[in-house]
Amino acid sequence: MKKLLFIFCFSGLFFNGKAQDIPSYSFEELEEKIITESEERALVVNFWATWCAPCIKELPYFESLTEAYAPDKLKVLLVSLDMDKERAVKFKEKKKLQSDVAYLDEVDFNKWIDKISPDWSGAIPATLMISPEGNSSFYEGEFTKEELYEQVKRFFNKTD
Amino acid sequence: MKRYVAFFSVLTLIFTISANTAKQEGYEVGDYATDFNLEGVDGKKVSLSDYEDAEGFIVIFTCNTCPYAKMYEQRIIKLHKTYADKGYPVVAINPNCSERSPGDSMSEMKKRAQEKGFGFAYLQDETQDITKAYGATNTPHVYILDKENSGKLKVAYIGTIDNNYKDADKANVHYVQDAVDALMQGNSVPETNTKAIGCTIKWKMS
Repeated sequence: MKKLLFIFCFSGLFFNGKAQDIPSYSFEELEEKIITESEERALVVNFWATWCAPCIKELPYFESLTEAYAPDKLKVLLVSLDMDKERAVKFKEKKKLQSDVAYLDEVDFNKWIDKISPDWSGAIPATLMISPEGNSSFYEGEFTKEELYEQVKRFFNKTD
Repeated sequence: MKRYVAFFSVLTLIFTISANTAKQEGYEVGDYATDFNLEGVDGKKVSLSDYEDAEGFIVIFTCNTCPYAKMYEQRIIKLHKTYADKGYPVVAINPNCSERSPGDSMSEMKKRAQEKGFGFAYLQDETQDITKAYGATNTPHVYILDKENSGKLKVAYIGTIDNNYKDADKANVHYVQDAVDALMQGNSVPETNTKAIGCTIKWKMS
């Protein structure tokens, strides 16, 4: 069923001339995606929204991570918490985001915030890093480019 | 699905850098909250001790500019309408540094309160000392205080307003209402801690 849905969405890219859609996930689906993706390579998950100024400021740093690392070494997943998904779709198109972008379609944040990290107050930006070994590190707040690279290096023990 | 939940809960936090030192401070449910003396949109200073008849308070850290705060604005107005006469008024505090967030200046706060007919006290925490003392991290962030016979204010609930930020009509768990109703009936608060997504507080640049 999922595969069918995937093909359906994928074919949409070719027939639909409009802005490229962003897949929506329930929290359970997102959790599953995060786990699957992190088993294959280092995964950096950034929670953001178009209305969040510090998030927008740090997004280019995450984008540059996507460019700096080979796809099989490290992946960046940008999870939009926008109220209106269309804003994220337009933003992605406008900024030509290269990283994987997902839309979290949930209204009850109390239900899932602790599952990402008990340390998370619920404010964004917030970033989760998971290694293929299953270790994780959570960071609430805005990164400078240097801080982000430093954190990635320290956590994943990678140099480029 | 349980497997995933378990997986997340056993993940080791190797290190966590916190950008926000105020997060470690602040109240937990059961602590006693401090009173304050902050300027409101009517130009007067407001303290909780001014409300002699109050049985408690719904203190909400909120602001003009955060999209979530705006989405909850009508619900905050309604909470005050419902509970002020019953002894639990809303007292709203804008914690944001107006230099970093000009839309949260006192003059903008006055405009907003007037346009929307707030009805409750809307105060500015210019030094951010009260915000730090309470430990608020987001807007909106609710602290329900219960006044004891001694006059001390005990924190009875910390968290979000309800479980649907997008649509008030679709929310089916109303944390704040349920907590205040329980306090009024002398019952224990059903859920004392929740988390809500919101906007980070705009702290002064140190």
